[in-house]
Amino acid sequence: MDHRPVDDRPVNRPKTGRRSSWWWIVGLAIAALVVIVLAPLASRDPDGLEKVAEERGFIERAQDAVYNVLPDYSIPGIDDPFLSTILAGLIGVSVIFLLTVGLGRLLARRRAPTEKV
Amino acid sequence: MLASIAGPALAEGGSLQLHTPDGFLTPAVALIMWAITAVIVAIAIRQTNKSLDERAVPLMGVTAAFIFAGQMVNFPVAPGTSGHLLGGVLAAVLLGPWAGTLVMTAVVTVQALLFQDGGLVVLGANIFIMGIVGTLGAYAAYRSLAAVLRGEARGRIPAAAVAAWLAVMGGALSIGLMLLVSNATTLETMGFIIGVHALIGIGEAAITVAALAFIQATRPDLFRLRDAYSPVGVGAAQGA
Repeated sequence: MDHRPVDDRPVNRPKTGRRSSWWWIVGLAIAALVVIVLAPLASRDPDGLEKVAEERGFIERAQDAVYNVLPDYSIPGIDDPFLSTILAGLIGVSVIFLLTVGLGRLLARRRAPTEKV
Repeated sequence: MLASIAGPALAEGGSLQLHTPDGFLTPAVALIMWAITAVIVAIAIRQTNKSLDERAVPLMGVTAAFIFAGQMVNFPVAPGTSGHLLGGVLAAVLLGPWAGTLVMTAVVTVQALLFQDGGLVVLGANIFIMGIVGTLGAYAAYRSLAAVLRGEARGRIPAAAVAAWLAVMGGALSIGLMLLVSNATTLETMGFIIGVHALIGIGEAAITVAALAFIQATRPDLFRLRDAYSPVGVGAAQGA
């Protein structure tokens, strides 16, 4: 047994100072804050491609989705546009996080070869 | 404050749609893009399986979540025109090109399946544009630029800024070419698409730089997770 603090496991920690392993919660909180604070303020103007499509007349080619779940980043039935956008965004952040972590766990290597004893 | 800015925009029924809808591309073009994308994503899965360290998995999740959130925030680039984050360079710098491609593939797929943003027939094309050109391709540019700037430690931020701009330009060129082949546009229209994305690319560079600078200032050790799994172990990644 060594006497290093739990926080200082040899997991790519820099030698200077202790580093929290809670960083990913902070990262998720930042993503959630982007959804809560910035997404409702997002410009509703068409994006670059859509704008050109409108001006150059090929927007009519666009087909509607064959089904709707959370269309246009909103929750059907929630009338308040801010709440609807924010909740849909938070669902998206959660789904994407769980999906990519699941994918990562499926694919990732357990440990660096040099750490094998 | 919030309501006064966003209220009118939301009330006007503006859209948060971001990606190429079905119908823009001919079925043949969409099918070819599906085939190319499927092959490259399969390679990305294989390569990620060979090289992703388990300690990088939470970073994969957080990066994907942040990119999804960031893509919801359209910013104005010209009168009546907006742009939004792509995120490919951010993902590739943090996770490497292959895991970065998988993150972008996951984001674009969830947007299409759950949020009806981007068509299903053209999903292969959208993954190609954002997850392959804007991630794999842009990462190659990033590495070349970082090498010119004598290494990632010194050149990370400026290399990422230029690569982020190039990612958006590469994406614009790709969709422009696909539309051209689909007989939806002329060369002149392709010029407009590339022109407006030259502006969007500046926003892409700014957000990418802000995110990387934030990590550099707070948790620079996270930059080492990308190469944490290597035959020579953690020590080899120290120089990154």
